[in-house]
Amino acid sequence: MSKNASIDPTPQDLGFFSRIAHPGHFLIWSKRWLVPLTIITVALLLFGTYLAFFNSPADYQQGDTVRIMYVHVPNAWLSQFCYAVMVVASIGSLVWRHPLADVSAKAAAPLGATFTAVALATGALWGAPTWGTFWEWDGRMTSTLVMLFIYLGIIALWRTFEDQARAGRIIAVITLVGAINIPIIKFSVEWWNTLHQPASVFRVDGPTMPMSILLPLFVMFFGFSFLFLLLHFISMRAEILRRRVRALERRNAQRLREQQA
Amino acid sequence: MIDISQHFEYIAGSYILTMALVGALVILVNRDYHTQEKRLAELEAKGVRRRSEEKK
Repeated sequence: MSKNASIDPTPQDLGFFSRIAHPGHFLIWSKRWLVPLTIITVALLLFGTYLAFFNSPADYQQGDTVRIMYVHVPNAWLSQFCYAVMVVASIGSLVWRHPLADVSAKAAAPLGATFTAVALATGALWGAPTWGTFWEWDGRMTSTLVMLFIYLGIIALWRTFEDQARAGRIIAVITLVGAINIPIIKFSVEWWNTLHQPASVFRVDGPTMPMSILLPLFVMFFGFSFLFLLLHFISMRAEILRRRVRALERRNAQRLREQQA
Repeated sequence: MIDISQHFEYIAGSYILTMALVGALVILVNRDYHTQEKRLAELEAKGVRRRSEEKK
């Protein structure tokens, strides 16, 4: 630790959270988590897939298409969770100007977009045999599609600005405005007539499904959640390195100009 | 072994599509990380340092 601290010193009087969120320290401690997180993620996803195909009964209404739920539900949950991460990071970026906050927000956007795309696609593939249609312009599906467009817009904005610090502040405001879509997705099944069923796992009166279906669902849920954590760590590390590369390239260009002068 | 004869194409399609999209994401994220790591190493090998590090 002392060796690392000499490479990237951090004031000793900083609090615990400030120290772990320092970009230099983040690169050090997050590296130690990459291998354990990879092992946990792969093990959970393999075990979850085994349970989904070999240890889950067909649902009495959905039949075998219940197996699609084991990939659809975790991705639908992550599509909203990624956005929640971006909202928290945006607050950190705007209020405290934390150096790691907009790195976290930028890293989460492509992950959220992918999980949302998977949720929409698997939802459509589940809907075709169950509802008789791949798509319906109802509240839940439309608001989730809007979420995908918000993610894509945010990814495009990050690529538009050369100055990433300025981009971070502007995108943080847009991210906070876009957060209005989260409660719309959540409550769309209660506010409007919809084909999509209401919440059946996280309910005040408990889940409405048997343990034989809940177990693979939870294993896949944790598998995909750990996958998000792992990919978020790697993306954040890549973004920190990208900013260092840009700083060094500018420094190199300046050095060359000084040598020529 | 279970018998998934009912709606097999939709179930298989969901898992294949999930694997393809998530797999592509995993590859792209890792490739981006290794690209940045390589670029940083190349600049450091040229002797380029941040201003704060040059003063030490």
